[in-house]
Amino acid sequence: MRRIIDFTIEKIIFLCGILSIVFVVLIFGFLLKEGFAFFKDYNIVNFVSGKFWYPTSDPAQFGILSLIVGSLFVTVGATIIAVPLGVMSALYISEIAPKGVRDVLKSFVELMAAIPSVVIGFVGMVTLVPLVRTLFDLPTGLTAFSGSIMLAFMAMPTIVSISEDAIRSVPWSYKEGALALGATRWQMIRRIVLKAAMPGIIAAVMLGIGRVIGETMAVMMITGNAAHIPNTIFEPVRTMTATIAAEMGETVKGGLHYRALFAIGLVLFIITFIVNFIADLLLGKSKK
Amino acid sequence: MEKIEIKNFNLWYTDFHALKNINMKVKEKQITAMIGPSGCGKSTLLRALNRINDTIEGVRTEGEINIGGKNIYADGIDVDSLRRNVGMVFQRPNPFPISVYNNVAFGLQVNRIESKKSVIDQTVRESLEAVLLWDDIKDKLKKSALELSLEQQQRLCIARVIAVKPQVILLDEPCSTLDPVANQRIEELMMQLKEKYTIVIVTHNMHQAARISDETAFMLLGDLIEFDKTDKIFTNPSQKQTDDYVSGRFG
Repeated sequence: MRRIIDFTIEKIIFLCGILSIVFVVLIFGFLLKEGFAFFKDYNIVNFVSGKFWYPTSDPAQFGILSLIVGSLFVTVGATIIAVPLGVMSALYISEIAPKGVRDVLKSFVELMAAIPSVVIGFVGMVTLVPLVRTLFDLPTGLTAFSGSIMLAFMAMPTIVSISEDAIRSVPWSYKEGALALGATRWQMIRRIVLKAAMPGIIAAVMLGIGRVIGETMAVMMITGNAAHIPNTIFEPVRTMTATIAAEMGETVKGGLHYRALFAIGLVLFIITFIVNFIADLLLGKSKK
Repeated sequence: MEKIEIKNFNLWYTDFHALKNINMKVKEKQITAMIGPSGCGKSTLLRALNRINDTIEGVRTEGEINIGGKNIYADGIDVDSLRRNVGMVFQRPNPFPISVYNNVAFGLQVNRIESKKSVIDQTVRESLEAVLLWDDIKDKLKKSALELSLEQQQRLCIARVIAVKPQVILLDEPCSTLDPVANQRIEELMMQLKEKYTIVIVTHNMHQAARISDETAFMLLGDLIEFDKTDKIFTNPSQKQTDDYVSGRFG
C-alpha cells in the first residue's frame, strides 16, 4: 500500500513538473497549425512585407509591416528610456544606497512589477497623453512616444532586479583590487563592476524587452492604434499585440482574418522566443 | 631609513578591539614580515597601511600611521593617491575579468598617470618583465586574465601594483593558494623587488618569514608582542610567547 502511494505521488509530481513544457508545446503547436493554415491562402511574403492591414475590405489585405514597425518603435523607444534608468537604479541599489534605503527601494521596485498593465495604461491615458499633446503641440497625444514611456515603466522592474543581482554577484575581491590600485569608487564601478556584470545586465535588458514586446493592454490604450507606418515617434502606431487583442472578438472562427491573427501571434512568439533565448544564453554565461 | 612609522595605533571592528596600541617602525627597501596565529590582527594591521579597511563597515581607528613622513589618517588625506603609493597584493589572486594588458594598464589609467599608448605599452612590458611573466604571456596580452594559471595570476597582480610605481608593496599571504614550486618562485621575486620597494608581508608560513624577511613582527590577539631582526625572532626571541610560537608549541 505504501508503495502504491509513493508511486502515485511521484507520478503526480512528475506530471506537474513537465506541465509547463506541455503547455508551451501545445501553444506553439496550435499557433503553427492556425498560422500555416493562413499561409496556405495568403502569401507569406505579402504578409510580412505588406504595408496595408485592411482585414475587412474586399479583397482583404493582411500586410503586417506597419504593425511590426509599430511594435518596433514602441519597443525601441521603451528600451532607450528604460535601460539607462534601470541600470543606474540597479547600480544605486547595489553599490551606493545605505542598507535601509536599499531595502525600501527593492520592495518598491517589486511592487512596481505588480501593477496591472491596464492600470498603467489608464494612468498614462489620463495623465501622460494630454501632457504629450500640449508639450509637443501634436494633434493627438496617443503616440508611440507616450507608449514608450509607459512601457519603460513596465520594463524597469525586470531590468532593475536582474541587473541588481548581476552587479551584486561581482566578487568583492575585484572591487577591493580596484580600490587598492588607487581607483575612485566611480572608476571601480565603471571599469570593473559594470564590465564584470555585463552579461547579466544584457540578459536583464533582453528580458525587459521581451516583456515590452508582449505587452498589450497599455499599448492598446495609449498608442492610438493607427495601422500605418509612422515617420516619427510622435505619431500614433499600432502594435502586433494590440491588433490581436482588438480584432479577435470580431472574427469568424476559422476564417482568413482569424487565421491571420494567429499568424501574427506566431511572429510574436518567434520574436519573444529569440529574445528570451539570447537572455538565457547570457545569464548562463554570467553565472560561470 | 624608516619608511613607515606606526604610532599608538588602535583599530576597532564596531566593538571588537582588533589592534591594541601598536608601535612599530618599518625600514625602507627591506622585507618586513608579520606572523602570528589566525585572528591575531596581522592582516588587519597590513590592511590599515593602505586604508583598505575603510571599506568595511564599523571600522574605527585611533593613533597615527606615518608613511614617508605623512600621517595617512590625518584629515584631508587623499586615500586614492595613498593607495597608489602603497600597493597591495591579496591572498587569492584577484585579476580583473578583463585582458592581461588592461589589468596592468588599469592603475595607470585610473590614476591618470599616463594616457599615451606607447608609454603604457612600455610600462606594461616593464612591469610584466619585473615579475618574470613577460616571456610566458607576451602573446596572450589580449586574452582574459582569468585564463592564466594561479601562479601567473598572482604574478600579474604584483605586476599590476608595480606598474603604478608605488613606494610600498603590501602582500597578504600571497602564496597561500599556490603550490610549493610556485611559492618558491614568488619568494625569489620578492627578494628581487626589495631592492626597489619597501615590502610588508603577512604570512602564516613561519618558514617563509624566516627565509625572506629582514625583520619580523610577532602578533597575538591584537598586540604586537615582539618586533626585531628576523634572525633574533627565530633563534633567540626575548618574549616567551614568541618563543612558544616560533618553536611550534602553539599556533
